[in-house]
Amino acid sequence: MSLKDVLLPFLAWGKVFKNPVTIKDPFNDRPGSARYRGFHKNDIEACIGCGACEEICQNAAIDMVPVKGIETKDGDSGLRPMVDYGRCCWCALCVDVCSTNSLNLSNEYTWVENDPDKFRYIPGVDKKDWDNNELGWKKPENYDLNEPFRIQMEELKPEKRDSSFIEFVKGYSKEQAEAEADRCIDCGLCTATCPAHMAIPEYIKAIRNDDLEEGLRIMYETNPLPEICGRICTHKCETVCAMGHKGDALSIRWLKRYIADQIPESKYKDILNQGNDISPKSKKIAIIGSGPAGLSAAYYLTNLGYKTKIFEALPEAGGMMRYGIPEYRLPYDQIDKDVKYILSLGVEIEYNIKIGKDISLEELGKEYDAVFAGTGLHLGRSTRIPGAEHENVYFATDLLREISLGNDIHVGNKIVVIGGGNVAMDITRSLVRLQNQKNIKVDVTATSLESEDIMPADREEIDESREEKAIIDPGWGPKEIEIKDGKIKGLRTIKCLSVFDDEGRFNPKFDEKDKKFFEADMVVESIGQGMDLTYISEDIKTMVKFSDRGRIIVNKDFQSSLDWFFVGGDIIEGPDVIHGIANGHKAAKGIDKFLNK
Amino acid sequence: MLKFEQDRSKFPEEKDGKLEIDLDSQKFIKIWQGPNHPGITGNMALELTVSGDEVVESKTHVGYLHRGFEKLMERRKFIQCFPICIRMCVPEPDINEYCLAASVEDLAGIEVPDMAKWLRTLVLEMARLVILLRGVPGQGGTMSLGMGVQWGVYVRDLMIDRFEELTGGRVYHMYIAPGGVRGLLPEGFKGRMEEVLKKIDEFVVDIDNLMFSNAVFKKRTKGIGVIKPEWIEQYSVVGPNARAAGINRDVRKDYPYLMYDKLDFESYVGKDSDIYTRSRVRWHDLQTSVDMIRQIMAKMPNKGDIRAKTPNVLHWKIPKGETYQRLESSRGEYGFYMVTDGSAYPRRINLRGPSYNSAVLLLEKMLVNANISDVSSMMVSLATCPPEIER
Repeated sequence: MSLKDVLLPFLAWGKVFKNPVTIKDPFNDRPGSARYRGFHKNDIEACIGCGACEEICQNAAIDMVPVKGIETKDGDSGLRPMVDYGRCCWCALCVDVCSTNSLNLSNEYTWVENDPDKFRYIPGVDKKDWDNNELGWKKPENYDLNEPFRIQMEELKPEKRDSSFIEFVKGYSKEQAEAEADRCIDCGLCTATCPAHMAIPEYIKAIRNDDLEEGLRIMYETNPLPEICGRICTHKCETVCAMGHKGDALSIRWLKRYIADQIPESKYKDILNQGNDISPKSKKIAIIGSGPAGLSAAYYLTNLGYKTKIFEALPEAGGMMRYGIPEYRLPYDQIDKDVKYILSLGVEIEYNIKIGKDISLEELGKEYDAVFAGTGLHLGRSTRIPGAEHENVYFATDLLREISLGNDIHVGNKIVVIGGGNVAMDITRSLVRLQNQKNIKVDVTATSLESEDIMPADREEIDESREEKAIIDPGWGPKEIEIKDGKIKGLRTIKCLSVFDDEGRFNPKFDEKDKKFFEADMVVESIGQGMDLTYISEDIKTMVKFSDRGRIIVNKDFQSSLDWFFVGGDIIEGPDVIHGIANGHKAAKGIDKFLNK
Repeated sequence: MLKFEQDRSKFPEEKDGKLEIDLDSQKFIKIWQGPNHPGITGNMALELTVSGDEVVESKTHVGYLHRGFEKLMERRKFIQCFPICIRMCVPEPDINEYCLAASVEDLAGIEVPDMAKWLRTLVLEMARLVILLRGVPGQGGTMSLGMGVQWGVYVRDLMIDRFEELTGGRVYHMYIAPGGVRGLLPEGFKGRMEEVLKKIDEFVVDIDNLMFSNAVFKKRTKGIGVIKPEWIEQYSVVGPNARAAGINRDVRKDYPYLMYDKLDFESYVGKDSDIYTRSRVRWHDLQTSVDMIRQIMAKMPNKGDIRAKTPNVLHWKIPKGETYQRLESSRGEYGFYMVTDGSAYPRRINLRGPSYNSAVLLLEKMLVNANISDVSSMMVSLATCPPEIER
């Protein structure tokens, strides 16, 4: 110890002459930093109430609650997060996981209140001073707690698929399916939107757990056609998927296909434990049409113990699924797989029998305790423009049916398809294949009223059509099919400016001066389908109520005004497969209710 | 140095290797130091039996803080553990974040991007500074030398400001999440950090003059609270406490993790193993950290991925396995032993920190024969963090 040790500490006195570093007024504003994790704010318009924030909160500080003025709708649960500051630890995991980036933290950190209950609030709904603070914690860039983008589905290359009708979507491998299933956040917006209310997060979870048998059981609770739906469902679930806000929606459809594809039909009965313990009932039900609605009704009715019989006008089951959808999208063996299982449960089916011709609806009504009709939309609709009556002008539905039946159809050298929906794309792509098969140079043009951004066809259908060298030229209104010397020369069109008026009604507007001529020797009309209700006799028609637009009016059990006559499928709702399945299921419950009255 | 050992008459009789303390004899009194003591970050009590002003027996009591974090984590998904684990050491929370993240990543087989590793190294050194800037002058604080603590708290606050702008939090940073880190350096961060480091450089000199060159401080710390060399192995003494005894133990050197093998540093090793040397080791550690942060700032890239691809954290299942991931905390080796069973939840997470050995095993032994006025100095010199004992 030295004198230095006594003197050196006195250097501290030097600090006396320095300015103080403390702030004099503790209530002086000292804003939090740009990343500060302060109080919550939520853009309630952007929020979809998916509940990922609630799910990830380890303190259970977030509750999803209904909010006045926000209605539940497709893709929005109508719930919004309520934060409890008695529990919150401001870790901001809720922000990082938010699917829409609507939930953020502000940089505000002082809040004085006498009532402790006030600290439980709904950000964005209960207005706060910091709602418009720009600063505060946001999800960092390139930082995602779950993968925003989907696993791309492998497909056959255009040059490998454009001359054959074999299925071009390859399906997921185990690794791919599990990785895709992993992206799900279990919000359930899909289930709410699906017409059949399939328990989608549940079967996705089954994929994650590699328990496909459980997945199959979950699917069959609401959908007895998983192979079919797994390929061609209109996947309304995917349009509302919360992950779609972050990147890509989950490939829910392909995941469904994955489960069904992995399990052979022979194992279904054991897995689903069906067909053994059904106590048979004496009542019998007739089903007209073996489309999705008919098959679904037959499946659920059989499981309820009823004896069901399907009457099918065409030589094979499936309805529009077989005769309206090309094989490259939905292979026939996959339809057969789903149908075979339903038939194996004891459903009877009679082919090539037309109600109204071979047997009348009245007779069915007498012989059976209830009748369910899901007869679909098999008729084409004409544009009724001059020249549309020419023999080389076809309806898409007719051509697709002929192709499915294996019949040879006329294939032109230059073909124009009128229509912008999925059916138009189906026939366009089928004709491309047929032209290739017949060694004709591919020349198929599809044109529609709607411009490309509002074309009803799925985006992937449009893109894939182009990949296969079809020309998609939307935004033109058909005016006339020009015929010279009895031969089609082409289609005259005028520019379509808008399709719907301000009130959203179909009221197309054209620019007569902007014309375009599509050269062609064959025209296909695909502007919608109509129903054929000729099987309903005049007598019955007087007992069944119809809407102004010619549709049969049914109650929520899909029961018409004639109590034993139930109707569903495309002729009531849709048109698509999943509505048919949902209708069939509800009608089955309705019939059960009706017969047990 | 005062010698208390000569007069054994004051001491209780020993029977079967245990002291027989008869409080009715009026020779002894019990004094409770704690559970609240400003020198300890958290609540911990010493039950002292004194004879005169000499400690004859000491028992460490913990349990005032217990919230069962390890158990809580068994009911949390892996990502949900990280806002909880930080609470197991309040003044230096980042070490828990790293240990959890490293364990999860090791078991899940995830390689973290380099940028994230640099940022983790930076944050861990910043955290070391935050605890040492209060801990080093805190040794003087136990002897009423409060001025250094005031200075330290000021500089520490500046470092906390840097934490705030980098991580969004001041005390609990919640920055090192399993898979990576939660943000790049903000614009202009390096410049502001350098300003703080300069302030710390000044502080280092100030505290040297005020404390380490202080006759009173030296008198009260040199030769007192000696950890005997044979205790080092026996009680698994690690970190600065071991280095003060001449044994160079530093996980950063011995088992390099993150980017420490890319940094040039030497751990300071003392020899006397008393309070003064331990304090001095920490004072050197502080300077090493400052130097390391400067190196990190110079060597780290400006851009890069901050997060490795992980499965969806909402149902992240980690394969069955077990791992032990450690780091060098301001108190020495600190690690998580994690066992997973293939589910989305940890089967068991066990924290191994140096505080139990220091505050329970070592302190009870060290305090016998100590003067009661030295008890708090000795306690603080071991740098105990009670929440780490009762997690």
